[in-house]
Amino acid sequence: MLSFNWLFRVTPAAIHVIRHFIYSGRAHRSVMANTDFLLQFQEFEDDQGFTENNQGATTVTIDDPIKSRKQRKATGTSFEEEDNDDKTELLSGEKKSPPFWTFEYYQTLFDVDSHQVKNRIVGSILPWPGKNFVEVYLRSNPDLYGPFWICATLVFVIAISGNMSSFLVNYGQPKFKYVPDFRKVTMAATAIYSYAWLVPLALWGFLTWRNTKITCLVSYSFMQILCVYGYSLSIYIPAVILWIIPSEGLRWCSIVVALCLSGSVLVMTFWPAIREDKPRITIAITSTIVILHALLAIGCKAFFFSTYELDHTEPLTTKAINNNSSINAN
Amino acid sequence: MAEVEESNKPLFAGLSDISISEDIPVEGDISVPVGSQNTDNDFSTLDEPVKDTILRDLRAVGQKFVHVMYPKKSSALLRDWDLWGPLLLCVTLALMLQGGSADSEEDGRPQFAEVFVIIWFGSVIITLNSKLLGGTISFFQSLCVLGYCILPLTVAMIVCRIVLLGGASVVSFAVRLIVVTASFSWSTFASTAFLADSQPANRKALVVYPVFLFYFVIGWMILTFSPSQ
Repeated sequence: MLSFNWLFRVTPAAIHVIRHFIYSGRAHRSVMANTDFLLQFQEFEDDQGFTENNQGATTVTIDDPIKSRKQRKATGTSFEEEDNDDKTELLSGEKKSPPFWTFEYYQTLFDVDSHQVKNRIVGSILPWPGKNFVEVYLRSNPDLYGPFWICATLVFVIAISGNMSSFLVNYGQPKFKYVPDFRKVTMAATAIYSYAWLVPLALWGFLTWRNTKITCLVSYSFMQILCVYGYSLSIYIPAVILWIIPSEGLRWCSIVVALCLSGSVLVMTFWPAIREDKPRITIAITSTIVILHALLAIGCKAFFFSTYELDHTEPLTTKAINNNSSINAN
Repeated sequence: MAEVEESNKPLFAGLSDISISEDIPVEGDISVPVGSQNTDNDFSTLDEPVKDTILRDLRAVGQKFVHVMYPKKSSALLRDWDLWGPLLLCVTLALMLQGGSADSEEDGRPQFAEVFVIIWFGSVIITLNSKLLGGTISFFQSLCVLGYCILPLTVAMIVCRIVLLGGASVVSFAVRLIVVTASFSWSTFASTAFLADSQPANRKALVVYPVFLFYFVIGWMILTFSPSQ
């Protein structure tokens, strides 16, 4: 498993480099010379008076965990987070995260403003190539507000839309009496909340296990994965509202569009974490993420918005007509 | 010299010389002064007739109903919170959503326990949410406000049941839709007027949205209520 001895060797180096970065003009040059999103720290290579092999890796993780391969000598998992924590501790005095059994710990998970939540939702709907959701929107501030309330909204929207669509499908049938089906709420809640919590847990466990075998550059904490999955469900809310209209073509169309958008956000988020792995594993993880996402949508559609009533009542009416005509004929 | 000697002696030194013999009677008067009942009236309500107690609580609840129906910026709801009103409203709403006869085939309708749990569990979740976002309102004050603001929806439920007595048609549906929409927006506006002040300015929308969702769901349950025939 991981040993953190290197952290105690590396931290003084990190302090030195951080000061260099902040106060030296070379940092600006290196940043502006870069055209893409990655920061190159080539100028600091000759500065390594206290050379360690992972010096490059340490310098590189100040602002952005995704760095160019030349600079990286990956040492372990989640040291970016430790580095970020070290940096914030250094720069802002004593900042310790409270233990998880206190109320303050959960308050830190709700430390977002209205416009931040709005930006995160927009960022999860519109995938931008090169913009990693975790980097750009979450940084080191994952929140639980978004995932929880998006899931709650989705549960109620599914239940309400399911009831409305079955009402519309059977409107005008003389034998049908509309009764609101309240059990849909409980079933939808179970399905959506288990997806939103169990799949991130499984993915985080799997990624952590792979990180022990293959040292990887980028690793996400459980909260970040949870946050990404929660926000990625937000595209399904307008899709589910569209499903009220009882048209099969429109429903499948909206599923495909929603799946493309949020699936691509998910894949782009997790791609940096798994691209160092064997190609088979990479493909397996990517396809699992997309397939599970699709299964959720298709399962909800099939279960709550089944149009079987249309086929069910039609034979009844045709049978009634046949019976009537046969009775009349006699 | 004698005085110096005396002052040099430690305190209470002379008490050890005192011996108490059994034949010195100790007498005094140990009794509670009787005349204190007048001052107890403000603190002890044990002696008043039951009618007074009930009427006082009912008057407090009624006053809060008035505050909800005409939401001004007053702190009466927050200062003297009580949970009688929410309980009364919740039980009334859940009973009215039952629909009378218990048909076994139409058991998709919300049960009493489901409505009860949704209202109370929903209020607790919203309160926790607002506290986690950094609100300054206390737990029971928030429960009190959310519970009392169900009053417009309960009134709408009564109106819907009266309208449904005349049969279920498109016109009655339109009337019910208008009534439920109006009362749902009234509830949301009333509770926002009380709750939004306790939040930091950049998070007001985050606190108002769950309240909106909560009353929307309750309004939906009222709107889709159809009595068994």
